[in-house]
Amino acid sequence: MSLGKTEVKYISRLTQIDVREEAVEGVAEKLSNILELFAQMEAADTKDVLPMAHPLDAVQRLRVDVVTEVDQHEKLQAIAPAVAEAHYLVPQVIE
Amino acid sequence: MSWEVVIGLEIHAQLTTKSKIFSGASTAYGAAPNTQACPIDLGMPGMLPVLNQAVIGKSIILGLALDAEIGKRSVFDRKNYFYPDLPKGYQTSQFEFPIVGQGKLEIELEDGSKKVIGVTRAHLEEDAGKSVHGLVPGQTGVDLNRSGTPLLEIVSDPDMSSAKEAVAYAKKMHELVQYLGICDGNMQEGSFRVDSNVSVRRPGEPLGTRAELKNINSFRFIEKAIEIEIERQIELIEGGGTVVQETRLYDADNNTTRSMRTKEDANDYRYFPCPDLLPIIITDEEIEAIRATLPELPDAKRIRFVSEFGLSEYDASVLTSSRAMAEFFEKVVELTEAKDIKLCANWMTSGFSAALNRDSLSVEQSPVSAEGLAGMILRILDNSISGKIAKQVFEAMWNGEGSADEIIDVKGLKQITDTGAIESLVDDVLANNPEQVEAYKAGQTKMLGYFVGQIMKASGGQANPGQVNKMLVSKLK
Repeated sequence: MSLGKTEVKYISRLTQIDVREEAVEGVAEKLSNILELFAQMEAADTKDVLPMAHPLDAVQRLRVDVVTEVDQHEKLQAIAPAVAEAHYLVPQVIE
Repeated sequence: MSWEVVIGLEIHAQLTTKSKIFSGASTAYGAAPNTQACPIDLGMPGMLPVLNQAVIGKSIILGLALDAEIGKRSVFDRKNYFYPDLPKGYQTSQFEFPIVGQGKLEIELEDGSKKVIGVTRAHLEEDAGKSVHGLVPGQTGVDLNRSGTPLLEIVSDPDMSSAKEAVAYAKKMHELVQYLGICDGNMQEGSFRVDSNVSVRRPGEPLGTRAELKNINSFRFIEKAIEIEIERQIELIEGGGTVVQETRLYDADNNTTRSMRTKEDANDYRYFPCPDLLPIIITDEEIEAIRATLPELPDAKRIRFVSEFGLSEYDASVLTSSRAMAEFFEKVVELTEAKDIKLCANWMTSGFSAALNRDSLSVEQSPVSAEGLAGMILRILDNSISGKIAKQVFEAMWNGEGSADEIIDVKGLKQITDTGAIESLVDDVLANNPEQVEAYKAGQTKMLGYFVGQIMKASGGQANPGQVNKMLVSKLK
């Protein structure tokens, strides 16, 4: 399977990773090579293999349902680029 | 040619935990902005989530109530999308291995028939934050208090074929999660959110394109929104148009739905297993231990109230409409030693419910306890007060004036059962109404009601009506 320019631009938008126009072709080739490897792996019989969820053979540790965190918003907002009325400010998302 | 409607619901039930799903920050509603968002909720680099154990039991108990398969090995995945109220750039959710698998829920339709709705799955996920617009012109404010709040997303099969069926299912699920104590069901505060996927097709044809109706916080509006959306889609197709897959918002003021944003890339969430979380393994022993704590479910309770207590279907359904209501009623029955269950049921469904409605209170907030109501019913049963006086006593109890006994005592409401006292009341009324007595004796037997009324009035409503009647009849012979 190989990726074309259109797909690269689509993925770039989804991931919010800026790919310059002149680099699109090179990225398409590199990604296609990676997909090539997946295609090769697909030849392996995985019928009875459970999909791996985590490389560690361990079980999730749990915490008891108690509140352990205190309000630190002043400290945390001190490093935010912009704050108003205790809200983090970001560029407007809805017109 | 007719149309077939296909509806599936996605319900987000906020689980009743004290802390968030992956952090120790509080989930309490209504706190000042960002005071309950810790570095994990903010998605700070290097922060690692640790799963709250309470969410597992709460998910399993719902799975058991839905007769569903429990995911003995369930996995968290990252659902990737960019939005300012999601600082990590992904929502931790479950995809391929949810904690609750295929199950079912039986609903009752308007004509009394039953229909089984399939539940595809229920998976755990974290809620996102909240965007606030208009705080500063040209900018969006973000409050991350809600970020990381535990949600159980319950996805139905596309089994419903009308707005009424969809609402019946949503209501049933709403009742169930509250019975199980896993969600407070508060729709105004967003603890129980219903998204409806609606599509239409010609009978026998493949499924049509669906539109999703989001953020509707009342059952009445869900029903209206679905109805109006069905009409819109049919008109659109019959007019030669095509339905596009999108999210639509319901505008209650104009009773219309409008497009929110096209979900052009929506299906490309690029799910993959979350490397920060290990799989959850649930043993059969754990499942059985939770099964042992499963409360009696609403349907079973309703059937028992009819068979064991001899209540009507209607009374049984009102009395099991919430777990708190059912438990209150059962306590009243127990405290009155089941001497007159019908009387207890009547007081619960009329006086008590009416007072709750009038003051917009829930059963839990009732100023009259089960002990209080039972105490008053016992006084009706031992003839200390009549049903009419009981209403007065109940109001006084509701206003915090004390127990039934105290109120009866202080206000002197004890029913007059003394034969001598009743006799003198009867004699007075008969002596003062000679014409009516003549009329009665001439055959106008309905005059009896008039005399009873006069006597009750003279006694301030305290004479025992049964005794009054008996004495009148014998004196008028």
